[in-house]
Amino acid sequence: MTANVSIDYINHTYKGQVEPTLVDIAANIEPGEKLALIGRSGCGKSTLLHMLAGLLIPTEGCVRINGHQVIKPSAKWNMMFQKPSLYPWMNVRQNAQLGLDLAGIKDDGKVDELLELVGLSDKSEASVQSLSGGQQQRVALARSLATTPELLLLDEPFSALDAFTRSALQDEVARITHQQKLTMVMVTHDIEEAVAMADRVLIMSANPGRIVGEMKVELPYPRERASQQFSKTREDLMKQFDSLVGNASQAESEPESEKKSDREAA
Amino acid sequence: MSSQQTLSSSLYTARVGGIDWLAIANRLMHSGGYTAIGILSLLAAWWLGGWLIENNPDTSSFADFAPAPAFSRLVELTLNGAVWTAIVPSLERIGLGLFWAAVLGVPIGVAIGLYASLREVTHVPFQFLRMISPLAWMPIAVLAFATWDGAIIFLITVAAIWPILFSTAQGVRRIDPLWFKVAKNLGADGFQMLRKIILPAIGQDIFAGIRLAVGVAWIVLVPAEYLGVTSGLGYAINDARDTLEYDTLAAMVVVIGVIGFFLDAICVKLIQRFSWHQQG
Repeated sequence: MTANVSIDYINHTYKGQVEPTLVDIAANIEPGEKLALIGRSGCGKSTLLHMLAGLLIPTEGCVRINGHQVIKPSAKWNMMFQKPSLYPWMNVRQNAQLGLDLAGIKDDGKVDELLELVGLSDKSEASVQSLSGGQQQRVALARSLATTPELLLLDEPFSALDAFTRSALQDEVARITHQQKLTMVMVTHDIEEAVAMADRVLIMSANPGRIVGEMKVELPYPRERASQQFSKTREDLMKQFDSLVGNASQAESEPESEKKSDREAA
Repeated sequence: MSSQQTLSSSLYTARVGGIDWLAIANRLMHSGGYTAIGILSLLAAWWLGGWLIENNPDTSSFADFAPAPAFSRLVELTLNGAVWTAIVPSLERIGLGLFWAAVLGVPIGVAIGLYASLREVTHVPFQFLRMISPLAWMPIAVLAFATWDGAIIFLITVAAIWPILFSTAQGVRRIDPLWFKVAKNLGADGFQMLRKIILPAIGQDIFAGIRLAVGVAWIVLVPAEYLGVTSGLGYAINDARDTLEYDTLAAMVVVIGVIGFFLDAICVKLIQRFSWHQQG
């Protein structure tokens, strides 16, 4: 089963702050839809993603997944972070299997299948510390998929990788989520990433964080980056972003460690 | 420039017949040679001390301290089993003392590592208690425990708990916050977080604490065994002093040092076993 997500009029103000971080956020995400949230640093896109994961509870409003209010984290709606954050005392397989272990589910070949899917079946017994950044993020992807989530959340998961690895992984995640008809919400500051992976893009502005624009990406999967349609869509999105929140080239990400949502959730 | 380089490199190689003798010698020295020099130096200093004592008319009655009488006595004590009857009770006490120190120190360390408020509450009391010599508790221990053994184990626990507790707390504080978040996101409950994430993450810190604790506990053990008990290494030393058997005394000192060395080596192995830092 794949998730229908509804975001019901969220307002959020962090503890000890006067200015709200998020104002009047409302959206509906259809089952199997891939949504990208783009915006400048401080627009609250990562905060919103943490709320979808149940790692943060909004001060007003709520998130519903298949009609049920999200009040705590669950392996059914799974988040991937900027850092792969693997456990170094576990090998590749043990890391990928962690969600199943925690849920007390016996692994019946699912982990092997996923390691195959992310191209790491020959590394299943390897130490995660011996892997490259891209390989580590692939293990994190397998870990996220092992619990058969209904919703996959991505918090700028490829921004720490080199350009080649990044685009390869973007295509791979797009392919896998498309095949499995998984609902996906991703936060990014990279317009190309949004066009490569999403069906719909929500543009957010900062101070306070709100949704100011929307664009559909109607390109077939797998997406051809070299195609004219792709460039055209990217340009359209860039223009819309510029007209709504200013120059797109300035839409940088914050370092992961300084994100408020991270501190709050930890 | 280049001639200088050739000169200097020729200084550091000693090729005779195509074999680099210097490199071989260097390797041999590092695989035990230097260790042997250290051991021999210690023995030489001991021998010299013994020789000085023997040749001074004021101290010549203590001449049995020297290595030769001590080692022949050690062989004798090992063969007649006296060494073992001293070692076994001491190891039991150390083992129980460390056991209680870990049973108390690890959970408290985890708790103060996780909760800043608890850390602040305990800071002054713990630093205060930590600075008190374990031996200062002796009179209280004797009053509080029905048996001498109980009192000694208490003293060892008091000595050993602090390094374990603080090292554990430090380990917990160094855990990457994202490790908690990812596990929480995958549905880990509190107990799973402890068993699957926290304990494996800090295993090496716990054993580093235990290693320090073993050092302190082993030092405290000997004076603690001067208390009423009639067994153990501390007792054996005290007894040898009373009966003027200085060769036995020196033999027991050797035994204490050797066992301490091996306990430390075991701890180093355990730290390596539980370390997840990449080797090499």
